[in-house]
Amino acid sequence: MNATRLQTHLDRLEAESIRILRETVAECAKPVLLYSIGKDSSVLLHLLLKAFYPARPPLPLLHIDTTWQFREMIEFRDRIARETGVDLRVYINEEGVRQGTDPIKDGAARHTDVMKTQALRQALAKYGFDAAIGGARRDEEVSRAKERVFSLRSAGQRWDPRKQRPEPWGLFNARLGAGETLRVFPISDWTELDVWLYIRREGIEVVPLYYAAVRPTFIRNDTLLVRDDDRVPLAPGEQLVPKRVRFRTLGGWPLTAAIESDAADLDAIVAEMLDTRQSERAGRVIDRDPTDSMERKKREGYF
Amino acid sequence: MKATSDARVNTTRPALAARLAALEARDTLRFAMCGSVDDGKSTLLGRLLAESGMVPEDRLAQMVRDSKVHGTQNGRPDYSLLLDGLEAEREQGITIDVAWRYFGTDKRAFIVADCPGHAQYTRNMASGASTAELGIVLVDAHAGVLTQTRRHAAILALFGLRRVLFAVNKLDLIGYDEARYHAIEHECRELARGLGIEHADAIPVSAINADNLVVRSPRTPWYGGKPLLEYLETVPVERRLDAAFTLPVQWVNRPDHSFRGYAGTVAGGRVAPGDEIVVLPSGQRSRVARVVGGDHDLDAAAAGQAVTLTLADQIDVARGDVIADPARPPQVAAQFACHLLWLDDAPLLPGRRYLLKLATQVIGAQVTEIKHRIDPDTQAHLAATRLGANEIAYCNLSLDADIAFRPYREDRRLGGFILIDRETNATVGCGTLDFGLRRDTNVHWQELDVDRAARAKIKGQTPRCLWFTGLSGAGKSTIANLVERRLLAAGFHTILLDGDNVRHGLNRDLGFTDADRVENIRRVAEVAKLMLDAGLIVLVSFISPFRAERDMARDLIGEGGFMEVFVDAPLEVCEARDVKGLYAKARAGKIANFTGIGSPYEAPEAPEIHLHSDQESAADSAARVVRLLAS
Repeated sequence: MNATRLQTHLDRLEAESIRILRETVAECAKPVLLYSIGKDSSVLLHLLLKAFYPARPPLPLLHIDTTWQFREMIEFRDRIARETGVDLRVYINEEGVRQGTDPIKDGAARHTDVMKTQALRQALAKYGFDAAIGGARRDEEVSRAKERVFSLRSAGQRWDPRKQRPEPWGLFNARLGAGETLRVFPISDWTELDVWLYIRREGIEVVPLYYAAVRPTFIRNDTLLVRDDDRVPLAPGEQLVPKRVRFRTLGGWPLTAAIESDAADLDAIVAEMLDTRQSERAGRVIDRDPTDSMERKKREGYF
Repeated sequence: MKATSDARVNTTRPALAARLAALEARDTLRFAMCGSVDDGKSTLLGRLLAESGMVPEDRLAQMVRDSKVHGTQNGRPDYSLLLDGLEAEREQGITIDVAWRYFGTDKRAFIVADCPGHAQYTRNMASGASTAELGIVLVDAHAGVLTQTRRHAAILALFGLRRVLFAVNKLDLIGYDEARYHAIEHECRELARGLGIEHADAIPVSAINADNLVVRSPRTPWYGGKPLLEYLETVPVERRLDAAFTLPVQWVNRPDHSFRGYAGTVAGGRVAPGDEIVVLPSGQRSRVARVVGGDHDLDAAAAGQAVTLTLADQIDVARGDVIADPARPPQVAAQFACHLLWLDDAPLLPGRRYLLKLATQVIGAQVTEIKHRIDPDTQAHLAATRLGANEIAYCNLSLDADIAFRPYREDRRLGGFILIDRETNATVGCGTLDFGLRRDTNVHWQELDVDRAARAKIKGQTPRCLWFTGLSGAGKSTIANLVERRLLAAGFHTILLDGDNVRHGLNRDLGFTDADRVENIRRVAEVAKLMLDAGLIVLVSFISPFRAERDMARDLIGEGGFMEVFVDAPLEVCEARDVKGLYAKARAGKIANFTGIGSPYEAPEAPEIHLHSDQESAADSAARVVRLLAS
């Protein structure tokens, strides 16, 4: 790397994210990195390894497993954990599993609440984590545009938009009172385009579901879904059709819309992104509530 | 929802590779946009994003839908809705917090701090302006340069912005009148000059009609400059390449005994293996052995890069230290003149102890003096004894120990700081260091041969400070008196400092405002400390209602020497006793700020001893205190 050339936008984003990760580890008693297996998490993990090299990351990774993620995601997760040697912990809300919570039967909102929001709160309490690092970006959704990098959650994991701490000069205040925790967002300033350009530049491996391939699809509620297992029976009139599709975001498979695409490598994905006129979250069933739903979910403790 | 593929078909692989290479090589412009909704700020920014093709179709469609419910354009598309995210602000029609927006062209990526304009949210401008390379101030052409315009420009200047663009909006409302525009432009340039802003630019725009946003408008043929987007793509960004090397240490990386690295972001200058360095504030010297970036070694690293340095010598370096070029090192001081912007609803009180964070250094701090408050509209200097939310002042600041710093105008990263409240943990203030005060080097501590231990020894006792705190009427003085009598009878040397008595003498110049209460306690703590040095057992009987001040006394006197005695009784009990008739007066409104009635009492969280004067006799309480002292 030539040090005399000016830093590019990607260089600056990378450096700032590494600074945030180091600051979190330096100032928080028991931080954890929430690893969701998606592209943003892949970038986060890459940054984490860089930030503390040659030491192994001095904090564990936590995956909230809803039991509905694509099988390819789980295989990818376990392999990456093995290859990088990070301390990965998986948490499942067993009570939710026992009740048989199901994204189809119970609906996206209830399923997300039980298997993600409540599961996260349980996991943070179980391990006593005081700071959870996540891959949320401010460009994802309007209410995130005002999120701090170090976001304070009161006891009960609630987010109060009026109590957030100013962060001039990126000076983060990680001090906590009883019961308070932090969410930390190191890639706040990144856009979806930045994420892909960085993945391309650094050669970061992502789940193959991001690349176009022929997959078994069906349409429900105007949403193109890829059937990953037989837990969801096809309704009358629905049928499985093989189509070349890929995903822009990943989550529980019945809640994640595929897009028809031929983009089978990184260059093609970026080219498609530059041309596409749909926002990234348009494919998420969980966000299809009124506009304020994300803010409400955040107040209730969603990431 | 099939992704559009028409354009892709026309994109050949080599052309695509070239475009991706260009995108990868883009630089960044960070800018802060200031103005109120009345100026059309959110509309301008929303329109700029939409016109430059940055807003996805589903979001545009949602904006159009929302415009019918929340919009301010009579149901027509309201572009400000692309920016205003929180429920509360849509309901109130105001922007209550900094919103961060991201867009870009093939030439540059933009990080936009969309700053709220209303006066009460001045504090939110701080986050946006602090890291901006360009400030944009929106001016309503119809209204002209307002108080608020002056305030925004002043805050940008305070935060070190050297270039400001005045976007003169609503040209449609003045009929695209050239003379009117030039008058406003002239006024803006004068304003910038008066504030010491080096570069001031101006563009006439109409956000509603998209004039001069992306292309030059035919309605302003008299304007020969660039449209806004092109201006943003080409405006020079000042990057100081000649600065001296500094790296605040964030994290000491010690995976095993073979590697000891100092991780941090280069704040200024460049560094390469072999370079001589100095570690501040300790002053130790060494040389750089390796510069590690990511998973490999670098030939060198420059400002902005996150790296890990290893040094040639084994020296003691910790988080908060600053590694620097010994030829041009940062200064080291513990007392400063600074500008301070207060962020919290509870006021700044001089003498109260806060935590200061600057770069990676965190240290105890207090404002020792408010030199003057600055009127944000006129820049006039005003007298002040406290500072409320959104107020700006010029202050003297005193830290518990030396830190490494540079004046803010030279280096934002080593000159900008925040203050944190020790009780609430809130970020309550932020400021910029102007220069170090050399008081440290001028006022030497007199080295004394006879010390506290020597004086205590001939008295055969361990000096201690018993700090009695509690409501008026709780029984502090009664118990303290009994304790002193018992100690005296047992042959100990004591002194009792009573709140009422001290206020008749040493502190007769102080009243009962929060600021005066802080000073009252500070003086008593200093006196108690001198008496401890004299070898005495000091009994202090003061209401001392604020936790922060008792903590200050504890810090000053030192853990071990300080024992907090909480004389606790319910307010109703104290009020019923009302030995001095003060509660009756306070209830009658004759005493303002009376603790427990007009002013709060913050009970100790972990006192050394907790006495319940409504449940046991004063004599029993006193006996317990004496036993604690003997243990």
